[in-house]
Order: sequence, then structure tokens, then C-alpha cells
Amino acid sequence: MAEPVLEVKGLRVGFRTEDGIVQAVDDVSFTLAAGEVLAIVGESGSGKSVTVLTLLGLTRSPNANFEGSARLGGTELVTASDDELRKVRGKDIAMIFQDPMTSMNPVQRIGNQIIEQIQAHNDISKAEARVQVIEVLRRVGIPRAEERVDAYPHEFSGGMRQRAMIAMALSNDPRVLIADEPTTALDVTIQAQILEVIKELRTRTNAAVIMVTHDLGVVADIADRIVVMYAGRVIEQGTTDEIFYDPQHPYTWGLLGSIARVDRPRPDRLPSIPGLPPSLIGAPEGCHFRPRCKHEFAQCSQVPALEVRDPASPDHQDRCWLSLEDKRDLRQISEGQFGLEAKGAIA
Amino acid sequence: MSGAVAASAALGGEATATTPLLQAVHLKQHFPIKAGMIIDRTVARVHAVDDVSFELREGETLGLVGESGCGKTTLSRTLMRLADPTDGQIIFRGQDITTAGRSALKPLRKDMQMVFQDPFASLNPRKRVGQIIAAPLALHGVHAKERHERTTGLLERVGLQKEHINRFPHEFSGGQRQRIGIARALALEPKLIVLDEPVSALDVSIQAQIVNLLDDLQDSFGLTYLFVAHDLSVVRHVSDRIAVMYLGKVMELSPAEELYDKPIHPYTEALLSAIPVPDPRENRHRTRVVVGGEPPSPVDPPPGCVFHTRCPRAQERCGIEVPQLTEYSSGHLGACHYPLHVTGDEIAASTRSEASPLAAGSTRPEFLPAGAGRHESLSHSSS
Repeated sequence: MAEPVLEVKGLRVGFRTEDGIVQAVDDVSFTLAAGEVLAIVGESGSGKSVTVLTLLGLTRSPNANFEGSARLGGTELVTASDDELRKVRGKDIAMIFQDPMTSMNPVQRIGNQIIEQIQAHNDISKAEARVQVIEVLRRVGIPRAEERVDAYPHEFSGGMRQRAMIAMALSNDPRVLIADEPTTALDVTIQAQILEVIKELRTRTNAAVIMVTHDLGVVADIADRIVVMYAGRVIEQGTTDEIFYDPQHPYTWGLLGSIARVDRPRPDRLPSIPGLPPSLIGAPEGCHFRPRCKHEFAQCSQVPALEVRDPASPDHQDRCWLSLEDKRDLRQISEGQFGLEAKGAIA
Repeated sequence: MSGAVAASAALGGEATATTPLLQAVHLKQHFPIKAGMIIDRTVARVHAVDDVSFELREGETLGLVGESGCGKTTLSRTLMRLADPTDGQIIFRGQDITTAGRSALKPLRKDMQMVFQDPFASLNPRKRVGQIIAAPLALHGVHAKERHERTTGLLERVGLQKEHINRFPHEFSGGQRQRIGIARALALEPKLIVLDEPVSALDVSIQAQIVNLLDDLQDSFGLTYLFVAHDLSVVRHVSDRIAVMYLGKVMELSPAEELYDKPIHPYTEALLSAIPVPDPRENRHRTRVVVGGEPPSPVDPPPGCVFHTRCPRAQERCGIEVPQLTEYSSGHLGACHYPLHVTGDEIAASTRSEASPLAAGSTRPEFLPAGAGRHESLSHSSS
């Protein structure tokens, strides 16, 4: 694999609250190569958004506590000063937020918002920046870009606004593009269009993309590698094929099993994972998934390490005490789909 | 319209087994856009629901899908009489309730309940769970003692514990809150529950729990569901029949499985094709029909078929004539002049459905081979 653009090692983020410390991110490590799409999947509260926001320094607060490292080229993002961060943000690392309605300034023209970002990092005139803006708007598929550049966000539809957000993120040709649930707020037909835009950009600019999402369909469509998070920890990571066809962690089995699919005969009941994700204050000791896991045993009271279990697939790591043989026996395969038992699905 | 009320009141009474539970007859919901300082002038109208007819049979689940702004939520609210329709009729158990007043509606409200999309916004944060669930019971005059009993029963029925009765909504997760919303809807033992995107705000693993719960409740109480959603994959798991809406109109109405096997309307096919398949290998081999553009404004819907501006198969006729809802064998309805997945023989055997919009023509659809593209005369105007 090529030289990594971004290297995250042992990242921990904790927030002090009245009730105790919320360990939102607990020992997260991954690397990202140029031109690669890495998906971080997990349910709400799994720490996936906090992880990427931390990379941009957006979770800093007097109550927050950081450990570990995240290196982007020569910059250490976790301990960078505000000035250093400001130089990197929007230039080397850019972000597309989930909700295009609330992440743009409603009283500023779209073009001006993007010009501001270009001028922040480049010493060029407004007129020159404007030419670049029109070009980048055109690139993300906004028709009549030379007119739309002067529109306000409310004059755009949801899909168009998301395109404008992407254009803004791309305006300085970042090396790393972070997309936090970029299509969740959009309709399926528009979602398909936006995914095409992101795919095309990846091949054209060779930027690395981190895609945060809970939608495994989107992941299967776009990701090269997947990081699965649960209650603040990475519980499994590997290539897209490894995660989908050889999942090792019982939580991943459940996640893959509970997707409703349109391309398979419909089952009588949807398989679901019983119970609820744990609270991050006073999370269960040992493996966090233990209370919801059918295969729990004595060893699970200690935290398993995230390591390679099968020497044949050196990129595939997981955090589960079960032996490789046990895992392959225990996960159930029905209709080419992994799943937990459908019985007793109601918690 | 007041004559209709009198007529329906006289009609009244229990419906027979064969009458559908709920019928929408050429239902329209147009919202005026007003302008002017002193005198309000209506300058335009939003065609949110534009001539929709369907029936909901006792005990079935009808899925209602479409993208945002297609009118599915407006339609469900209008059916519940939370908004007054512009035109058309709503018939509940054989009784016309289109213009029924507050007092006439009160006993009916018991039979029609609603579960809302956002479990955070639809529960009063200052009321205890017990109070929330008991509120409909109190409104319909159930005694305090019995209320408590029924509330605890309901809590257990939806998978919560009776100790939860004195807690506040903020103490629960999204999925649990949705269970509270469902318990409240069940309190009056309704016949019909309208579920407006009941699982879209929840995580996947929790979605499955709620869908399975709804399934169980339907079996044990003999409920009828109108399940509104934008997610075709979830709808499939709960529905007996599915209606697809686009820009205020029904495009297709079909037995659930058939919609996925052989969609008749190009819009349905585009929707299905846009769903990413959670299977990387299959994805690599799949060619997706990515429909360009965005839905037009419902203020000024396009003439003819409302989908023709984005349709990959549109011909000249589509921009002129409103397609009828054609009924094919097996009760599959589609509003398209050039339907997919049907043979010439099936078209010849088809009939015009009663549910067709009033403005629709009455000509049969024509056969057009699957790979056919847009007509040239349309390609110019739609860029």
C-alpha cells in the first residue's frame, strides 16, 4: 500500500460531565492511503462522528480530554495549535457535513462562502477566486454555475446544497476529505447522484475519503476499507470484502443481518440485535458488546485487543475473544446473508 | 358540501365486511400561495396531493412511498382529517367523513390513530410516560383506575417495563420512545394506525426491533396500517400492498412482492435501482439507472405525466396526456403510457382503473421495448 496520508494511533477522546467521564472514543487506530475510501460505520453514539471531528479539532473544549495521535503529513492534529490547525483545515483536510440546510450561512451567497475559503489559503484576488468557484461548482454537477454562484442557500434544493457543500470542501484540493453522513438527509435518487459525484472526485483528484455512515448499502457501494465502531471502540476493520463476506465480530454479524434488503426474498421477520447500545458512562467492563452478545463467555470480561486473527488476511483485525474456527461456525449464513437468529427479536 | 354530511350521517352505522376500512376518492389537497398587502390574492397553488384514490382493506398494511415533497405525509394527514381536503372524499367504514365536524369526528378519532416520525418531538417532555399514554384514555372518559391498569398493560405489550410508567421521555433512547408513541396510539384500541416514517429516525438494529413489534401488534389486535416511508426496503417487510407517489400523484399501486420483481412504472424502477445493495460484489456488477435532475416544483407540475421531465423512457405523448391508472391482471396498477415488465398481451387485457385521476385520458398504454430511450422532441426541452 502507498504511503499513508493520515495515520491515527490510539486516539482517545473523553468528555467530563456531571455524571462522570464519557469515553466517546476509546483507542481508535487506522491509516488512510491516497485515493482510498475508508468507511467508518456504527450506530448513533458509537463515536464515529467524534473521531472525525477530533481530526479537525472541532471537539476541543475545556471538558474534553485527548490522548493518542493523528498525523496528517507532518502535522500532529491532536496537539496542533489553533494557528496550525487553521492552516490545515479547509486546505489539506476538508469536511462535508450531514445537514446541508444548517451548515451553510443563510445570509451569504453561496459563491461568497466558497470564495472566503479559497482566499483564506491562497493569496489571490476575489475575481480570480470567483472563477475557481464557478469551475468547482461545475465539477460537482451544478448546472448554470455562473448564475448559481450568486444564489443564496435557500434557493437551492437539498441535493444541490449538498453539491455546493462538496464544492466548498473541494475548493482547495484537499488531500483528505471527510464526509459525515453526506447522503443521510437526501432522497435515494439524489443520494445515488451524490455518491457518483464523490466517486468521480476520488478518481480525479486522488484525495483520500473518510466516509462516516450507518448505511451499509452506501458502504458496499463506495468503500475500499471499513472500520466498524461500537461504543467508542473499533471492534473490527478490514477491506470491504473481508467485512461483508468474512465478518469476525458478533456485532458485525448482527449489523449485516439486520439490513432489510430489496434484492432477496423477504424473511418472515427482520433479524435484529436485541437490547440497546450501552451508555458510555460506566460502560460494561471488558468487551462493550458483551451484554447483547449470545456467545459471551468468561474471557469477555477483559477487553480483547484489536488484532489480526487470520494470518491469511493481514489487513483484517477484530476485537473478539472467540477463536477463528468458532466464529466461522457460529455466525449463521442464510440466503447468502449473515444474521442473528430472528427469534426473540424483541428486546 | 353540507349536503354530503347529511347524506353520510343518514347512511352511518356499521359497515359490512366487504366495504374497505378507508377509501380516498379523487382526493386533492392544494395549498394556496398568497400575495398582496390588503387583499389576499391566491397567486398559485401547491399541488401537494393531486387526485389520489385508493382503498385500505381491513387488516392489511398499505405502504406509501415516495421522495420528500411527494405528498405522502400530506395525504396521510388529510386522511386523518388533520387538514381539510380541497376536493374529493374520504370514506371511513362506509361513512363519508370529508366534511364531518369536530363532534362527528370525535368517536371516529378513537378508531384512527397516528404514530409520528420523530420520537423526540412527538412526546411532551414535561409529562410522565404514564400520563402520555393515558391521555387519549382520559379524553375518551376512561376511569382513572382502569387507565392505570391499561397503561401498564400497554407498556408491557410494546416491550417496556411497568416501572417505566413514572419516567420522563428524555430518560429513554429513540427506539424506546418510539415504543411509547406506539403504546399511546394503541391505547384506544384503534382499527387503523397511520405510521408516518415510524423507523426512519432510528438505527438499523433498532429499526428491525420496531418493525417486528409492529408486525406482532398487527397480528394480535387485527390492526390496519398505513405505513408511510421513503425507504423502499423497510416498506417491503411490512406491506401487503405498496403505493408509490410522485409529485402528488399515485404512480403505481401493487401487491408488495410484485413491485420489487416487476415494477411497471419507470419511476419505481429508478427508485429501486437507486437503493444501494449491501453486497459489494453484486454492486460491482450492477448497472444502476441513475435518474438525473430533481423533482419539479409542485406549484407548477409538468403537463401530462408528472414524471416525464426525468423519465428515461418518455415519449412525445407523455408530455401531453395524463396517463390513466391501468389495472393489469393480479391487481397491479400503474400510471404509465409505456409500462415496463408487461407484455403486449397483458396490455390488451388491461382495464382503466376507477382510481385514475379525473384529468387522465382513457387510452390504453402502448408496448415499448425495455431498452427504448427518450423521444428526441423531449430531450431538447428538459436539459
